Amino acid sequence: MLAQVIAGGLSAGSIYALVALALVITYKTTEVPNFAQGEMAMVSAFVAYILMTDYQTGFFVAFSVALVFAFVLGIGFEAVILRRVRNPTHLSVLVVTLGFQLALFGLAGWKWGAEQRQFPFPVSANEVIRVGDVSVSTLGVATILISVVLMVGVFAFFRFTKLGVAMQATQQDSMAARINGVPTRRVVGLTFGISSVIGAVAALLMAPVITLDTTLMWDPLLKGFAAAVLGGLNTPVGAVLGGYLLGLVENLFGAYISVEFKSAVAFLMIILVLCFRPSGLFGRHRTRKV
Amino acid sequence: MDNPVSPRDAASSPDGANSSSRAGAPNGASAPVGADARAVGEVLLEIQGVETYYGPLRALSDVSLTVTEGTVTVILGSNGAGKSTLLGTIMGVLDGQPQCGTITFGGERIDGMATEKIVRTGISYVPEGRRVFPELSVRENLAVGAYTVRDRQSTRRTLDRVYDYFPLLADRQTQPAGTLSGGEQQMLAIGRALMNGPRLLLLDEPSLGLAPILVRQVFDIISQICDEGVTVLLVEQNARMALKVADDGVVLENGELVVSGTAQELADNDEVEELYMGTASTTSELGTAPYSSEQGARHDVDQES
Repeated sequence: MLAQVIAGGLSAGSIYALVALALVITYKTTEVPNFAQGEMAMVSAFVAYILMTDYQTGFFVAFSVALVFAFVLGIGFEAVILRRVRNPTHLSVLVVTLGFQLALFGLAGWKWGAEQRQFPFPVSANEVIRVGDVSVSTLGVATILISVVLMVGVFAFFRFTKLGVAMQATQQDSMAARINGVPTRRVVGLTFGISSVIGAVAALLMAPVITLDTTLMWDPLLKGFAAAVLGGLNTPVGAVLGGYLLGLVENLFGAYISVEFKSAVAFLMIILVLCFRPSGLFGRHRTRKV
Repeated sequence: MDNPVSPRDAASSPDGANSSSRAGAPNGASAPVGADARAVGEVLLEIQGVETYYGPLRALSDVSLTVTEGTVTVILGSNGAGKSTLLGTIMGVLDGQPQCGTITFGGERIDGMATEKIVRTGISYVPEGRRVFPELSVRENLAVGAYTVRDRQSTRRTLDRVYDYFPLLADRQTQPAGTLSGGEQQMLAIGRALMNGPRLLLLDEPSLGLAPILVRQVFDIISQICDEGVTVLLVEQNARMALKVADDGVVLENGELVVSGTAQELADNDEVEELYMGTASTTSELGTAPYSSEQGARHDVDQES
């Protein structure tokens, strides 16, 4: 029973971890959570869906095109909208992300309606793989594997490539990065592109679990945000761990205490963390000189 | 990599000269390095009639200045005189500045160019307050410094040279830069600026907030860097110390250039002595220059206040 619950927690946690990572990457650049993250991912999932149903492309083609779309959408959002904000303050940037979220949600609703669609996926949510007592859906296994591979790739990129390190530098002090020759504008754009791709992967893994509609990413975005706060908005690793922790706690709570209040756990955890460790479980408090 | 022992008398090693001219300067003028003294080359940086504004406030008015290749030039002045603004203007970090005038580096107009392009012409900048990347390790900070350098081997060589200058950084390669002390961060900031093999190094108050022994060390290294063929333009409040290593100097006052000459001329100038070095020998070397209240009142013109 316990192992079963943990397996479910890891699979849900993978989605939260991806969303949390996507949020943290741009948060570190703008110091504002991108609330449009979820809808950007949802729209990307619709792109894949339309390719598969209207144009009969294969899953992998649709998946790839959706990720390219997400990348361009992320870069475009930064270049066309966010960068234009004059004298940006945290609040104005926050409002812009909320506005973009509403605009995307509205457009998606107008174009695709509220209808719930079955999202075709090569592995099924009903088939299970049994290991001992534990049975996990093949989709769950795929979710965990794809997420882990993607996250390891993202961390390796930030850690070991020149561009990745320059991106971190830009996040920490954009002027200092510029005087070292880093083209910070392009780097910030790229950051949004990468973040959007990570979010889109989460949406593409989420869509077959439930169904595809325009509210697809509401719950994952809130949970992902909770996970990021839990682990520390400033630490990508912390945010990912926060995602898995949240998935596990939520599932354990649902199994042993109360299914009805399962979703409330995430927000209870945020409150506790914000009371006792505001920089997150794994975050370091960083003072900033003004 | 040979490391000159005594900064002043050591002739530049050919290695040093090579690495300094590797900066990818488009016109490829190699740094001339003399054996006896610092070779005085041609004009490397020429600033003409530059005016910089912060909103409606004029921070620099009609500043003209030339920096000769292979020398250390110091910019003196009180708080708010526009020293940092001048460096920022050269580096192109102030949006839309300079509004008037031209800046020419190695024969190429750089005013109005994007900062990251200016870096590629061969200018490096150590800004006020060090600005190291706090969460990156020492080694990663230095790697960002080499962002514009393609050749990995030359980066490797420059890294060794930086570790020769600052052995302390070599010991702390994996430590996050935010955990270093102020002096160590200053060294890291200078090391980072050297990583792209600049022809001209701009330094903004390298001695600020450092213990006296570190101040001397930093100035020794500045002198050494210049001996290896890198031209240095330095902003400093510690006039006494700066004039010891400098070849030329200028004094900025309220955004205007009021005195310029060789370091010796400046050191002998009574007014400079009185304003920036305190009266005679009682002033300690680490003290920041005293300034009259009249000049202190002009803070608002300059961001550095």
